[in-house]
Amino acid sequence: MTAVFSDRIDIALRVNGEEVEARVPAGRHLVDFLRLDLGLTGAHASCEHGVCGACTVKVDGQAIRGCLMLAAQADGADVWTVEGLSDTGDLSDLQAAFVARNALQCGFCTPGMLVAAQELLAQPGIPSRHAIREHLSGNYCRCTGYEAIVDAIESTAQARADRGVA
Amino acid sequence: MKASVGGYARATDLRHALDLLAQSDGMGRVLAGGQSLIAAMNMRLSTGDLLVDINQIAALKGVTLDGDRLRIGALTRHAEVATDPLIARHAPLLRRATDLIAHAAIRNRGTIGGAIAHADPAAEFPACALALDATIHVDGPDGPRDIPAADFFEGLFETTIQDGEILTAISLPIAEDGEWQVIHELARRSGDYALAGLCVVRRKAGHRIVCISVGSHPELVPDAMARMDAGDIDGAVVALRAAIDPPSDTQASAAYRRHLIGVLLQRAAADLNGEPQ
Repeated sequence: MTAVFSDRIDIALRVNGEEVEARVPAGRHLVDFLRLDLGLTGAHASCEHGVCGACTVKVDGQAIRGCLMLAAQADGADVWTVEGLSDTGDLSDLQAAFVARNALQCGFCTPGMLVAAQELLAQPGIPSRHAIREHLSGNYCRCTGYEAIVDAIESTAQARADRGVA
Repeated sequence: MKASVGGYARATDLRHALDLLAQSDGMGRVLAGGQSLIAAMNMRLSTGDLLVDINQIAALKGVTLDGDRLRIGALTRHAEVATDPLIARHAPLLRRATDLIAHAAIRNRGTIGGAIAHADPAAEFPACALALDATIHVDGPDGPRDIPAADFFEGLFETTIQDGEILTAISLPIAEDGEWQVIHELARRSGDYALAGLCVVRRKAGHRIVCISVGSHPELVPDAMARMDAGDIDGAVVALRAAIDPPSDTQASAAYRRHLIGVLLQRAAADLNGEPQ
């Protein structure tokens, strides 16, 4: 390898509001960095080619695939996982709705579902069920059949609108 | 699986990126949005790449109107194409295509330049670029080149970009008054790669038709375009089905894809006649 390319990359970023510095292998996925190096096992590594959505995390305010971004690319980024979003309370009404509606069974897909749904809920208005399904088209759930997940997101959007926070 | 990467370097500007590629002994690989490249590395379809990360290069970002042409920086992400007012007004085909490209989290990262350079026959933006008669702008060791989309796509994942070159932007003529731009496709799951798809652009000069997922690379379909120009939609369907050579795979047989492409052209024709289905 030529000297200008490195197989270990120094990164400094913010994860769940805390400053983190690390040296990562060039090929380390962001989701593996979060899970294996930082112990944040909420986001799940599953298909590892962008199809299932279980690894969805927030980077610089946007939901992204943790398996399709390298940790090396997250230098300077603001990263949030389901752990941090739970601690801040940003997701608490959505999480309560998931429980109330039985929107999870094994729970493997749930962290990705929550992060993806949060992005949709941040948009103005109450999304239609079709829009919810469309937005979650990239997140597989093999237990619920999706209906309860759509219910939970729809009821959260409705409740937020009623409270005037949507 | 886990990606096997030979090395990584973050380019600070275009010159730096070109220098890095020049020093990579042919192992250099431009990393833009990474939504196809990292997936390919994860599946070990590509190993040992020396990655040149161009995401920090500001000059590759942004959408500008220059007279009667729209210029779209290579690093413009799909989610930005979806919401950019200049694109919505002057190249609505691209905005409509973003509804069909993958899923929200992937659209937040994927870039239009990356999609066109990757030249996946199942991808929307390469087909759109040709349907809109775009020009592909690249830069490299021998200086910048402007390549008409019609001369850009050569084969399966093959383009006329040379080793050491980087796709910097695309530009395209803005839509004429009364121009129609339509894209239709069918996929098993919303956002998955299309089983078949097509773009139809109707300009004063005539129709332009480019298909998705039914050949090795985006190509115009002159016979079907001529039948559309003549107002003969049934004839265009026959000509289109005859012109393509679709693959058979686990998703769909060649015969099914050939059937679908005709259905999609009929839907597009209904749109062109103001009768959306």
